[in-house]
Amino acid sequence: MITAGVDVGAKFAKVVIFKDGQVVARAKALVGFDVLKSAIEVFEAALKDAGLSRSDIGRVVATGMGRNAVVQKPPINAEEAVSEVVADAAGAFQAVPTVKTVIDVGAEEGRGVKVEGGKVRDFVINERCAAGAGTFVEAMARALEVNVEEMGPLSLKSANVIPMNAQCCVFAESEVVSLIHSKISKEDIAKAIHDAIAGRISSMILRVGVEKDVVLIGGCALNPGFKPPLEKELHTNIIVPEFPEYVSALGAAVIAANPAR
Amino acid sequence: MQANYGYKDGSGDYFITIDTDKCNGCGKCVEACPYKVLELITNEFDIEGGTMAAVKEEHRKKIKYSCAPCKPVAGERLLPCVLACEPKAITHSW
Amino acid sequence: MITAGVDIGSVGSKATVMVDGELYSYAVMRTGGVSEDTAIKVTMWALDGTGIDTGKLNYVVGTGYGRVNVPFAKKTITEIACHARGAHYIYGPTVRTVLDIGGQDCKAIRCDDKGKVLSFLMNDKCAAGTGRGLEVFADLISVPIAELGKVSLSVDQEPPPVSNTCVIFAKAESLALLRQGWPKERVAAAYHAAMADRIVDLLTRVGIEKDFVITGGVAKNMGIVQRLERILKIEALEPKMDPILAGALGAGLFAKALYEKEQGLR
Repeated sequence: MITAGVDVGAKFAKVVIFKDGQVVARAKALVGFDVLKSAIEVFEAALKDAGLSRSDIGRVVATGMGRNAVVQKPPINAEEAVSEVVADAAGAFQAVPTVKTVIDVGAEEGRGVKVEGGKVRDFVINERCAAGAGTFVEAMARALEVNVEEMGPLSLKSANVIPMNAQCCVFAESEVVSLIHSKISKEDIAKAIHDAIAGRISSMILRVGVEKDVVLIGGCALNPGFKPPLEKELHTNIIVPEFPEYVSALGAAVIAANPAR
Repeated sequence: MQANYGYKDGSGDYFITIDTDKCNGCGKCVEACPYKVLELITNEFDIEGGTMAAVKEEHRKKIKYSCAPCKPVAGERLLPCVLACEPKAITHSW
Repeated sequence: MITAGVDIGSVGSKATVMVDGELYSYAVMRTGGVSEDTAIKVTMWALDGTGIDTGKLNYVVGTGYGRVNVPFAKKTITEIACHARGAHYIYGPTVRTVLDIGGQDCKAIRCDDKGKVLSFLMNDKCAAGTGRGLEVFADLISVPIAELGKVSLSVDQEPPPVSNTCVIFAKAESLALLRQGWPKERVAAAYHAAMADRIVDLLTRVGIEKDFVITGGVAKNMGIVQRLERILKIEALEPKMDPILAGALGAGLFAKALYEKEQGLR
């Protein structure tokens, strides 16, 4: 059976088409004000990429913040919606079968999931505070006046430790501005920013416990500056699978393929 | 006096409250905390003076994260600071 | 007996000179780069023209963020405790709950009939519920911050509050509401309602008892003040003088109490 996973995140919608245990197509795009419209566009792009139509797809499962927008809504017609942590566990297990701990950091939420055989054992969610997710890095990039893609590479050029006082996105923006005025280099500031968010995320992961293998997924995993401070805080090396931002959608597709789970 | 150290943000309320009328300044909570979140300070709230426990300045804005390792999602949640305090002066709001 | 209170804040510094516990003179200035210099300057300015020199001061108490940098202070007392005492002086001895909403923090204090602190909390971690959070919102809807409260009150019916308290997420939510066609006033009302709910939660933690006062920059935002009064069903008292002096006044009064204790008069 060919299945599809639709992850309607806070910022991006991701779709994975899954056939015979393999990903045959992926697509993603920004979610606009019309969530359903954005999801449909991405879904159709993925179908086109795979050379398939909706009727070729056996089951569609949705996940992510906007998952309910696509359930029973044509043409996606997702049959089921699952929570992000459930999709994370299934997807991480598919990508890295030795996974025990998943760290998923998206645009607006950070999650820690303890995985047992592809299912959720424990989880912790760092929600509703922008300082705990990708939004923080984006906002700081604006304050530093660099593109968000430059943040990671900049941070990797620094070996300095500058603790940030502010724990709020809004106050941190001002702190970054005063660091700039104090002639601290952009590299050092970028590192301080990554250290700060890594500190917050790793504290939450400690609540589910760190057990190898530790897998990092979500949009933030694309940032090369994200993993190193996390590895340092958690005293373990971390695996970032390819296409980490699609792992949750992959999980939804896997769940769609195994309805008896 | 109820000294509430911590904050409320979008994700919830996180306060460690020290009842300074009960606190005898023994410092056992300071020693018990594995993450050095607490300290003894001079009472600067009234003219009586004395010593009392408090959350360190550096932890007040990130108490949710500082105390996270002692609050596992699964399993026991025996807080070392609360256990160490004989007069029961310290409480966590989460 | 002549005492002085010096409040060195992160933004502003104030000094009061008190004669037998009554305010005699004061000064307010911006905190400079070196707190020690500011402490000396603001005190000298308060003494200027009084005929009193520093030698005649029986006791000085330092308070505020930079209290350790008041070189001639005999003791330091927290801004929380000084604020409560000062509030009693400014608003009267019936004050039991003080809410101070500044640019970057929010303090809730409950005190007894003598102005002694019974319970307090200070929230300077999260921008929501501070002047800064309101500034971000004012920018979003392009309304000057001084008008924001009034704009939020120009609605016939109070809309539901925005669901996010995080300023960043509330901003995004508000943007979506604006795109949906909500007028500025309605979005402002929804945001102020959320902020007021949040502040009430903080106040509930310390306990709310009449009489209730609101100090700090956000006290000027009628949108927040009126909503708080509505939810709490209590009216906030009006001040007799600028509440910006609360900390320094309280410090001067603590100085009196400490001097009396020292002299065995207590």
